[in-house]
This record gives sequence, C-alpha cells and structure tokens, in this order.
Amino acid sequence: MTSPSRGAMGRLVGRRALSAVPVLLVVTFGVFALAAASPFDPVKAFGGTAVLGADQETLDRLRANLGADDPFAVRWWDWLTRAAAGDLGHSSVMRQPVTEVIGERLVWSTLLCTVAFGIAVLVGTLAGVLAARRPGSWLDRAVTSLAYSIEAAPVFWVALLAIWLFALQWDLLPAGGLTDTSAERVTAGQVLSHVILPAGVLALAQVPWFALYVRQGVADALAEDPVRGARARGLSERTVLLGHALRSGLLPVLTLIGSRVPELITGALLVESVFSWPGIAAATVEAATSVDFPLLAALTTLATVAVLVGNLLADLLYGLTDPRVKLSEL
Amino acid sequence: MTDAGAGPTAGTQDGPVWRSRRTDRQSTRTVRVRTSAVLIAATALAVLLVPPVVQLDQQAVDLSAKLLPPSWEHPFGTDDVGRDLLLRCVYGLRVSLLVGVAAALTATVIGTAVGACAGALGGWVDRVVMRLVDTFSSVPHLLLGIFIIALFRPGVWPVVISVALTHWLSTARIVRAEVLSLRSRPYIDAAVSGGASRWRVTVRHLLPGVLPHAALAAVLMIPHAMWHESALSFLGLGLPTRTASLGTLVQSARGSLLAGQWWPTLFPGLFIIVPTLAIAGLAGAWRERFNPRRRSELML
Repeated sequence: MTSPSRGAMGRLVGRRALSAVPVLLVVTFGVFALAAASPFDPVKAFGGTAVLGADQETLDRLRANLGADDPFAVRWWDWLTRAAAGDLGHSSVMRQPVTEVIGERLVWSTLLCTVAFGIAVLVGTLAGVLAARRPGSWLDRAVTSLAYSIEAAPVFWVALLAIWLFALQWDLLPAGGLTDTSAERVTAGQVLSHVILPAGVLALAQVPWFALYVRQGVADALAEDPVRGARARGLSERTVLLGHALRSGLLPVLTLIGSRVPELITGALLVESVFSWPGIAAATVEAATSVDFPLLAALTTLATVAVLVGNLLADLLYGLTDPRVKLSEL
Repeated sequence: MTDAGAGPTAGTQDGPVWRSRRTDRQSTRTVRVRTSAVLIAATALAVLLVPPVVQLDQQAVDLSAKLLPPSWEHPFGTDDVGRDLLLRCVYGLRVSLLVGVAAALTATVIGTAVGACAGALGGWVDRVVMRLVDTFSSVPHLLLGIFIIALFRPGVWPVVISVALTHWLSTARIVRAEVLSLRSRPYIDAAVSGGASRWRVTVRHLLPGVLPHAALAAVLMIPHAMWHESALSFLGLGLPTRTASLGTLVQSARGSLLAGQWWPTLFPGLFIIVPTLAIAGLAGAWRERFNPRRRSELML
C-alpha cells in the first residue's frame, strides 16, 4: 500500500466527526455548568445599566424571557437546539448576533494564524536543520539556547517590544489595527502591511517548538542506518541532509502539528489583543472583559472545534506522508 | 526510499568522536545546572529577603522622578508615577511566584488524586475519567482560564483556581500512567496477596512511588502557572493593577511604551524569562538523570 485511498481518508474524517459530537456536548455542558456555579447573572449581563432603574415586574419578565431561573441543563439544551439551527444568540458587547461576529472576524484570525504558522514552519525547519547538522557546534548551541529563551518569553511582552522597535523607533510597520485609521476601505496592501508585525510575533512564539523538534528528528535520523547507507553510496551531503534526514526527521513533527492548535489560539488571544487585530481571539478577550456569555460560550466551542480539526488534519497529513501508517488505525 | 537497509558499519572514527562530544555535553550540562541553581537561589533570596530587609515602600509615588531611564540610583528606571521599577519587579515576582506555586500545588493535588484513582480503580472509572481528561484537553488552556475569570470576576483566587483547573490534566495523565506501570510490580502483588485493602495498597504502596513524578510535574508547572498569571493580568483579567505582579507591571507599562519609554516593559518580562529558564534547566537535568533517553525540554 503506497498511499491511503480516498475512501480510507473519508472514513477517518467521518469517524472523527462522530467522536467530536460527545466531546462538544461535554464541553458545552461544562461551560453552562461553570456559568451556573458562578455569581454570573444573565439578566444583569443582558440588560446592563438599563436594569438598574427597572422595576421588579420588568425584571421578572426579563428573567422569565431569558430563562434565567431554569436549571442550567435546560438552558444548555435550549442553547444547543438553537445553535444547531444556526442561532447562537445575541452578543451584548458587539451589539450584533454572535454568528455575525464570528462571520466577520473569522477571516482575519485565519489570515493571521495561517501567515504566522507558515513563517514558523519555514523558519523553524531551517533553524532545526542548521542546528542538527553538527550537534554540539556553536550554531547548534546558539539555536537551542535562543529557542529556549524565546519559548520562555511571554508573547505579549515580545509583541510590545516589537511595536516599540518596529513601529516607534524605526517607523517601519504600523503598530496595530487592520488598516490605517485614515483609510476608508480595506485594501490588500493595507492588510498586508498591518499583518506582518502581529504574524511575525505569533510566528516567533511557535518557532522554538518547530526548531527543537526538527533538530531532534534530523539529528536522530542522521545517526541512523539509512543515512549511513546513503553516505556510503557517495551521495552528496546536501542530498543526504535534505533528501534523507529531513524527510524522516520531519515526520514526527507533522504528527504533532495538530497539537499546536491550542498554542496557536493562546498566542492569538494575546497577539490580537496587543495589536488590536479585529479577529476572533480579540473578540474573546472583549467578551470576557464585559462578561458577554453568549459570545464567550460560542467562541469557546469554536476553539474546541478548531483543536479537533487540527488533530484530524495532523493525522491525515501523517497518513499521506508515511505509507506505513494505516488510517483505519488512527 | 526503502532501499537504505543495513548499510556497512560506519568508520572506526565514529566511537571516539561520539565520546568526546558526550563529555563536552556533560560539561555544558554542569554549567547549565550550576547557573540555574544560582539563579533560583538568587530569585528565592530576593523574593524572601528584599521586602523585610529593604524598608522601602514599593508604592511610594514620586512625581518629580517619573519615567526616569535606568541609572545607578534606579537600576531599572522608574514608572509613570515615579515608583522604583527594580523594587516593583521584585514585589511583582513575589506575587507572581506565590500565585504560580499556589496554582501548581492545587493542580498537582487534583491531578494526582484523579490520576491515582483512575489508575488504581481501573475498569470503567478509568475509561470515563481519562475520556473526560481528553475532552477537556481540547479546550485551549488560556481560553478556559479567561472563561473562568470572566464568570468569577478577576482577583487573586480566581486566577489561582483558573490556572489550577486548566493544568491538572497533564499531571493526571502522568500519575495514571505511573500507577499503571507500578501496579504490575511484584511488591504490589505481594501486598495484595498479604491481604492489604485496595485503599491501603494505593496510599501506602502506589502513591509513594508516584510522588517523585508528581513533584517534578509540579515544579515544571510553576513557570507555566506564572506565565498564565501574567497573561491573564496583562489582558486585564487577572490581578488588580495596583498589586504589582509581573503581568500587571507589563500591562500598566503599555502607555509609557507607546510614548517611547521601553524600560517599564522590558524588565518585568525578563523577570518571567529568567526563573522559567532556571527551573527548566534544573528540572531538565533532574529528568535526564532518571530518564536519560529523553532530552530536556521546556514544558510551556
């Protein structure tokens, strides 16, 4: 068997979609249970300051309308059936339906994360291969210690220092937002110049992980028989490194790519907030600051879906690149 | 690509080269361990001794000395109301470390209890519990933390609880795996055939074997928990800005940074990086000693 058939891939996707259902049910149930255990009051959150002056009768009616006195399991089921029909409720902080918030912002988050992930994979692989070529060399030590230091640095701190350096000191790139404040329309050029800095910072936070894993994988592969054989056959060092060692060294990294989605989301939460990037993650922080429960619940669920999709993608990628893997066993 | 097979054994120079590289690595390891130990000791001393010995008020406002760049008098400079940043950073480190240690301990207790129960009881309990652990692992930690804080309002305890509630999952996995491997050892069989109850076997024979692993996980979790505290505080969902923590310091330095003053932002961040690297360095060496196959890695 050389590569998995389309049928096997389809079956894997179907199986994962089925197993995602109980996960999402439990996570959303947990979200509603936490809300019920907290001092959070849906009436106050919904009405805001308007509730303060309202009389008891209006409050009671609002309570009944919102189902605030129902047990949380009932509210959970209510939310779930409506969500299945495409209604995720109304966001009080954004003053629009939650689905609209997601629809408008998902594009920008996806753009940011894709660019960042692309940069991280490229730079990380390059650094990892360079370091693995001579384990213990000064280059290896430099890459490794730099990777550890970057990994220990908080993303938001790096983001702030990047703004200071690139936007304030050198005036090379804009400090935040999607477009210049004077711009009337969103143009590709504007977005491109605004995405570089946040994507660069988000990428930098992901690079150490790639670099260290690629370094480990390639260094291990370099010490194994296939590489020894290739060298004995007189292949050039370049072919050995890129054709043999990198190929097998990159495999374990591919399988773990899916596990990076949570880190990517964590990074995006901080980076989008620092750069006022109008994405989903920044909306999550705003929703949390003003306790916008419908938006928070929807975005938490969305993030869980993203993590599950990431895991699935990694498995598919693994199956495609490694002929020894049987998709039916994943 | 499958034709490589077992090639001829490599040249004779392979052995000595490998050996010299290894001693080289061992010496760098020693340097790393010593540096880490010194840094941790310095951190501990600063955090424990500076507040009682140096009788300076970290909240002392001096509007005539605001936003001074680093100098001999103020090594880290001053903030926008003239407070000394070195002093604020030490106090901030103290608060962040305290939150980190409290959260890591809570998470380790929860994780050890759940993991030990799942491992010792086995059967459907194990399956259900571990499935739940897997399920909650698919929610990103910081997001779940933000969600918990949003509902319970910011403050020291909500931060500790939210970090603990999002971090016990990995400990539970480690402890369960360790309990499962210990369960098949002869001394457990001996205890069971000697008539010890399941409870006694778990508490007297399994837990002591698991504790070193749980302790290592707890130590490694401290920087991670500090990182979370600072991230939450930075987003305005953690400690109140008046309380100096490494996160609130960076948060309140934002205004000065946009006006061009870099020092109120730079130093608190370094105070997060240095203890993280030191703890990772020591923990990595510890793990290498007990499990030499696995190289040290930061668990962030």
